[in-house]
Amino acid sequence: MREVDLAIIGGGSAGLSAAVSAYDAGIRSIVILEKGPFLGGILNQCIHNGFGLTEFKEELTGPEFAARFIAQAKERNIEYHLNSVVSSLTKDKVLSYMNPEEGAVEIKAKAIVMAAGCYERSAGAIAIPGDRPAGILTAGQAQKFLNEQGYMVGKRVFILGSGDIGLIMARRMTLEGAKVLGVAELCAWSNGLNRNMVQCLYDYDIPLYLSHTVSKCEGKGRLERVTISEVDERKQPIPGTEKVFDCDTLVLSIGLLPNNDLLNNLGIPQGRSRGSEVNERLETSIPGIFSAGNVLHVHDLVDNVVEEARVAGKAAAEYILGTAEKTDNDIKVIPGNMIGYVVPGYVSSKGEGKATLKFRVREPSKNVYIVYTLNGKEIKKVFKPVIIPSEMEIQSLPKSLFNGESGTLTVSLVKKEEVK
Amino acid sequence: MRELICICCPRGCRLTVDDELNVTGNFCPRGIAYGKSEVTNPTRVVTSTVRINGSDLAMCPVKTSEPIKKGNIFKCMEEINKIQIEAPVHIGDVIIHNVCGEEGIDVIATRNMEKI
Repeated sequence: MREVDLAIIGGGSAGLSAAVSAYDAGIRSIVILEKGPFLGGILNQCIHNGFGLTEFKEELTGPEFAARFIAQAKERNIEYHLNSVVSSLTKDKVLSYMNPEEGAVEIKAKAIVMAAGCYERSAGAIAIPGDRPAGILTAGQAQKFLNEQGYMVGKRVFILGSGDIGLIMARRMTLEGAKVLGVAELCAWSNGLNRNMVQCLYDYDIPLYLSHTVSKCEGKGRLERVTISEVDERKQPIPGTEKVFDCDTLVLSIGLLPNNDLLNNLGIPQGRSRGSEVNERLETSIPGIFSAGNVLHVHDLVDNVVEEARVAGKAAAEYILGTAEKTDNDIKVIPGNMIGYVVPGYVSSKGEGKATLKFRVREPSKNVYIVYTLNGKEIKKVFKPVIIPSEMEIQSLPKSLFNGESGTLTVSLVKKEEVK
Repeated sequence: MRELICICCPRGCRLTVDDELNVTGNFCPRGIAYGKSEVTNPTRVVTSTVRINGSDLAMCPVKTSEPIKKGNIFKCMEEINKIQIEAPVHIGDVIIHNVCGEEGIDVIATRNMEKI
């Protein structure tokens, strides 16, 4: 069986960034396994701009951002295989993959970086009542058809979910001549970035129906009509609030889930983000298996993905070279009041520097403190005039605040008036 | 009088811009600049695709090299949709010069697409 130092599952933004960072930390035997026909992953179909403001200090489109990381990997002659699906992974880091050129292959790696991204929640996941005609598809599918194949998925379109890809596709299909009738969002707030609300919906007078969901789909063969209803506090449709739209297409932008089955199957514990639980070095409970990018938790900005993957790539290199600092993982980090998830799940109380925590709030809040408590004792609080679920928080805690104490670190949101 | 949502940060201030370009409702000075430019000369970068022959995909992504006037967006799309190009193309290759007659603004390729 072929042996390599580092195998990276996924050749998108996270995988490429991890590969480059591991190479620059001294690793030469690296293999990237990409299931699609190109490096760059989902960025290739995200033809809109707004990528790279942090990483490159300019506003790039998805394919341009991808091209820069592809170039960095190619300059370093990092080995990659396209059309290569990884079918299994063992605790001993033996990977099986297959592709049309090599057939079925097994390789053994000293370290693994999981960078397989995420997938879209589909129509089946939310059990929309009514018919099952053609014309119901996810925003990412519509995006791939339109932007890579030049195939318009519909003429009269309704969108369920106000996630960023849904908003981006509302604009994109409008520009290509479709009539986008509206966007329904289950929550009482939009789940997209403000700039997408303004530049994708308001610019084109596309109505947004907050606290609404699709309550019925009708159509023989092809979708003909959707009905939306307002929802109550329990997110159940309220009878009598129906609005009917004649449309041939329903685009779903209803959330993304980490594509993490390979690690879940190894019994690695999952965090609340539905990615694997990791420590500060982004290492899972199996030493030498790391995770980064959307497979760890779904990001809103690719700039944050490549930065995170850089940490995983460097940590994997240190693990392979035997230069990794010992990590105690003696503080468990948990999401408290109003916090959806926190990554990483463990940090070490010892050591210099800072612990970087990434998290999302459950709903939009104003005039709140982010409060950090270690074993019930407040160690830091940060005031936020506004905090919203669609923008991930990244905060650093100086380790000196831990005072060498092990235990549980809780991240919570507390209203200003409730803070002494 | 125009009402806008500021996009400079997640706060999303609701701005009001009156006929003398006085901005209210802003939390910080960035809102004033945003409000004024949105009312006087709103511009957007347009991103789309053009049909490409001889590469492994049917479409090549493109963008305007600079933001164009908001009122020109659909005209720009019409010009883009008339074009067919031949592989190979590289990022930055000019597909349309001076799009919508806007001097110095081109439509350029945003993906490297090889000939196959």
